[in-house]
Amino acid sequence: MNTMGDFWVVNAGAAVPVVAYQLVSLILFFAGIYGFLTRRNIMMMLISVELILNAADINFAVFNRYLYPGQMDGMFFALFTIAIAACETAVAIAIIINVYRNFGNADVDNLKKMKG
Amino acid sequence: MNFLSLFVLLPLLMILTLFMTSNRKQVLGTMVAGSTLLVILSAFLAYRYMAARSDGATDPMLFTASLSWFEPLHIRYAVGVDGVSVVMLCLTSLIVFTGTFVSWKMAPLTKEFFLWYCLLATGVFGFFISTDLFTLFLFYETALIPMYLLIGVWGTGRKEYAAMKLTLMLMGSSMILLVGILGIYFSSGATSMNITDLVHISIPLEQQYLFFTLTFFGFGVLGALFPFHTWSPDGHASAPTAVSMLHAGVLMKLGGYGSFRVAITLMPEAAEKLSPIFLVLTAIGVVYGALAAIRQTDLKYINAYSSVSHCNLVLFAILMLTQTALTGAVLQMLSHGLITALFFALIGMIYSRSHTRLITDMGGLMKIMPFLGVGFVVAGLSNIGVPGFSGFVAEMTIFVGAFENDDLFRRILTVAAVTSIVIGAVYILRTIGKFLYGPLQNPEHGKLDDARWYERLAVITLVAAIIYLGSFPTGISAMINDSFSSMLQVAR
Amino acid sequence: MEYTLLILLFPLTSFIVLGLFSNRLSHKAAGIIGTGALLAMTLLSFYAAWDYFTTPKAEGFYQTLIPFNTPWLHMGSHLHIDMGILLDPISVMMLVVISTVSLMVHIYSLGYMKGEKGFQRYYGFLSLFTFSMMGLVLSTNIFQMYIFWELVGVSSYLLIGFYYTRPEAVAASKKAFIVTRFADMFFLIGILVLSYYTQTFDFGTLMSGNETIFQHALSTRFLGASALVWAMALIFIGGAGKSALFPLHIWLPDAMEGPTPVSALIHAATMVVAGVYLVARLFPIYVAFTPEVLEGIAWVGAFTSMFAAVIAIVQTDIKRVLAFSTISQIGFMMVALGVSKLEGHEGLGYMASLFHLFTHAMFKALLFLGAGSIIHAVHSNEMERMGGLRTYMPVTHLTFLVACLSIAGIPPFSGFFSKDEILAAIYGYHTGLGIWMTVAAGFTAFYIFRLYFSIFWGKQTQYAHTPHESPRSMTFPLIFLAIPTLLGGFIPFGHFVTANRSVYTIHPDWPIMFISVLVSLTAIFIARKMYQYAGTKTGEASSGLKGFQKAAYHRFYVDEVYLFITKKILFNGIARAFAWFDHHVVDGSINGLASVTDWVSIKIRGFQSGEIQWYAYIFLFGTLLITALFLFM
Repeated sequence: MNTMGDFWVVNAGAAVPVVAYQLVSLILFFAGIYGFLTRRNIMMMLISVELILNAADINFAVFNRYLYPGQMDGMFFALFTIAIAACETAVAIAIIINVYRNFGNADVDNLKKMKG
Repeated sequence: MNFLSLFVLLPLLMILTLFMTSNRKQVLGTMVAGSTLLVILSAFLAYRYMAARSDGATDPMLFTASLSWFEPLHIRYAVGVDGVSVVMLCLTSLIVFTGTFVSWKMAPLTKEFFLWYCLLATGVFGFFISTDLFTLFLFYETALIPMYLLIGVWGTGRKEYAAMKLTLMLMGSSMILLVGILGIYFSSGATSMNITDLVHISIPLEQQYLFFTLTFFGFGVLGALFPFHTWSPDGHASAPTAVSMLHAGVLMKLGGYGSFRVAITLMPEAAEKLSPIFLVLTAIGVVYGALAAIRQTDLKYINAYSSVSHCNLVLFAILMLTQTALTGAVLQMLSHGLITALFFALIGMIYSRSHTRLITDMGGLMKIMPFLGVGFVVAGLSNIGVPGFSGFVAEMTIFVGAFENDDLFRRILTVAAVTSIVIGAVYILRTIGKFLYGPLQNPEHGKLDDARWYERLAVITLVAAIIYLGSFPTGISAMINDSFSSMLQVAR
Repeated sequence: MEYTLLILLFPLTSFIVLGLFSNRLSHKAAGIIGTGALLAMTLLSFYAAWDYFTTPKAEGFYQTLIPFNTPWLHMGSHLHIDMGILLDPISVMMLVVISTVSLMVHIYSLGYMKGEKGFQRYYGFLSLFTFSMMGLVLSTNIFQMYIFWELVGVSSYLLIGFYYTRPEAVAASKKAFIVTRFADMFFLIGILVLSYYTQTFDFGTLMSGNETIFQHALSTRFLGASALVWAMALIFIGGAGKSALFPLHIWLPDAMEGPTPVSALIHAATMVVAGVYLVARLFPIYVAFTPEVLEGIAWVGAFTSMFAAVIAIVQTDIKRVLAFSTISQIGFMMVALGVSKLEGHEGLGYMASLFHLFTHAMFKALLFLGAGSIIHAVHSNEMERMGGLRTYMPVTHLTFLVACLSIAGIPPFSGFFSKDEILAAIYGYHTGLGIWMTVAAGFTAFYIFRLYFSIFWGKQTQYAHTPHESPRSMTFPLIFLAIPTLLGGFIPFGHFVTANRSVYTIHPDWPIMFISVLVSLTAIFIARKMYQYAGTKTGEASSGLKGFQKAAYHRFYVDEVYLFITKKILFNGIARAFAWFDHHVVDGSINGLASVTDWVSIKIRGFQSGEIQWYAYIFLFGTLLITALFLFM
């Protein structure tokens, strides 16, 4: 009975439908994308990337819970992503600080010089 | 461990030792010791080879060994030699040896220069001992890369342009070559990359057409196949002396060697069918190179175009597909390697004194530097195939061999190629007459000195080899000829 | 007769020693080594000749002996080049000629080249030349002959260019080498054709009289002639180049830039007759299978002899007169070979030709050495700067006169006999040709006595310092060579060298003899009338002949034609076009490829703006596009 149609069915014992989680994740994701595309400040762009990652994490957790309740793979993946995101943030912030030191601000337009 | 691998290990060992050296003296000491060992090793190899043959060894390849490397693709480190490779190995070690002495005063970055020089030698030696298609290709690439740096860093004139052009053209051709090699591998059933095995497998004819063209072209560009030869004059003219010697003397021979070892031996039927097209190209190249040399005024360009002419003659002879012509081709590779190395060595020595390579800016140098002058005349005479020097033996074997083909088309091409001996005389005598003979043109040149001991050593070694080969060709010629008879038997 | 190997080894050793240690040897030591080796070689050659001709003949024919033969280079399964020694009447005869003249030149040079810079080098080259020439005549196969043929050319090049600081000498040596090499190319092609069809280089096999080996060559036809005809004609072109036959004669007059003894040895007596020797060597093939080529040889020779004789009449440089005289005389030899047949009296031409080769070598070497002696005394080559030398240089004068009489064909000098045989042979073949050659002989007598009278008689010339007789090392060879010039004609040559190798006794042909002597005497008389007291004037001909004379003085502009072809067409036209093509088309297309790559990369580079958000847009839309494609297609 576990077909795609079940997504819209309220699961027994669960107060929140899947689609609600999906909506949150969707909003987070597009907020992230929007932020990444429009913000000039690298810091803000980094935060936007984090939003996108969090959206993905939510999806992982939710689908794991609903599709394979007996397994934990999705959860692990979400945790894994969070850990990676933390490392990535550390590296990114190090870069951003360097950019700030060199240019006096953290504007993404400054970073064109790397092109060939 | 097979003792052939020493040919690769020794240069690598030289590279390691060079890393650890700290001054010029140590660098030169390493180079002299190493290159002398290489000469001794190649002499030992020649002796062992002939002894084995006279004991009745009949395998096409002797001293074979094969180590597994990447089994899924049947890539093995496989070595082995026949008479042809022995000859080429001897030539290479001689040129490396003399090149060392020619670069005695090399500066700046002496150590780095010799590092790359040894890497180049490693590639060449490895190429000649390999019997595995992939290792062959690997060593081929190894030899090409150092060229770029050697010309780009230590060259003269338009060196960046020349280095770039040379590397790009040769890389382009080796890309085509790689396709050809893989094509041979897969169309022969993907069971082995070893040439000694592949000769027993006949490749379907349609595929032969394609892969013969690819491999012959790939190797041919390195052998200065007309009209893809233009990297060679620029490259030679810009390269430092020892690199010119090694490049024109040995590296260009990789083209000739590879084209018969891979293209002709593995795909004889396609060679038979497609040879007329390439024969026309090479015959044009022979005459064309000689005619272009007439108009040059830069000594290095003269010799570079002369090399184009002679290297095309090698390919021409290979394509004639008779045993005699093939023997002649190898003799010509050997002979031209020695002669052109001698030429470049002398040109380098003269240039280091007069600081010009234009024959119009020099005159009457024979009186000032008799040793170099006589050396140049000897090189010139052997270049135009005067008996007693190696060029004669090689060219005559080629012409007789080419004439063994009983069709008018090949006959006419042969006659066209024969004209190069006259054109050759024109440019060589013109060059000698202009800058060695006559009255002293530039009074500044009156103060120049003659060759130093290390230069004399290099020149005398090469001249001795040229005269030996030209006066007593019987043994060498027979050795090469025997290799071909066993090779052609296997092919059929 | 294995000792004949030493004949080659003596000069070779001398060359190697002189070549390697030239700087450390004194002039004297070099002279002694060179001349000593030559003396030993000469004695051996004479002994070998005596040995050979006294060996009992088999059924009245001289046999071919091969005392030494070793394979040198294998080419394929059948062909192999050997190095060996072949003794037969003509090679033994050549041994004697070459060693005699060479020895005399070596001795002569001791005086002539005294104190010259590069004396050791000079003797080294002379030894190299002698070695090569000996190797040439002793060859057992045609390829060995070609090898030494080339070596002879190289030594000639080196010797002509001996005074390498003089641009004229350098140019002359270059010209000599390239022209002869051009001819040698045909020789080589001829060998290739011949050897392919007969599967042998060996003279023994080729001359065996076995017709089957030529079957293939005769049956294959190319452009209207059989392969054998082509091969033999091409080989003859090689000989024509070395022997300076028209139109390949242009190098010989220029070759006179070399030292005079060299001209005597190489460009008068030995090397230039190599072509004659070549035709004589292959004569059995020519006469039996390709008579049409032989006929061509006769006509080329006839034209050359007249052509060169006419030019010789108006030249003013004494060495050039002698050079053209040499060309003309070689023409005589060629005609004689061309009209000859194999057997008995019909083979007279062959015998006469080689007889003339022999006598000509002696008297022409004598003439050149005499000229050298004069040049040594006067320091000029120009006839106008000479006159009345007979009182200053009596020995040179007398020996020169002997040689002049000999070449003019006055009895009882050697040239009379040999030339007379030639004329007899030609009249037997074609009367018109005989008359033509008689006229050429008359010209010969005229120009040589023009030379003689202008130098030794003529007007008294003022010299910068009084000319004196040359040292004994120079006069001795003159006197020595005068002996065979005087008496050589009495050698019963037909007993030694004939076309079919049997003994042939010469019968004088009285009417022809009478006519030719009469013509020669008349010519000498005219020459005496014109030059004995007048000296040389260039404007001597009547006005009607002026244009012709001018043309002859400029050697009928053959050189200019060559110069036009080589310089204008080959060098400036074709070679330049090739160089241009290489630089602009071949190289240009490669560079063009690079430029196109460059251009494309510049154009593409705009996409990589470095604006990360722009990349992100592209990425996003790309993803959406692909998703859409997957969903809706």
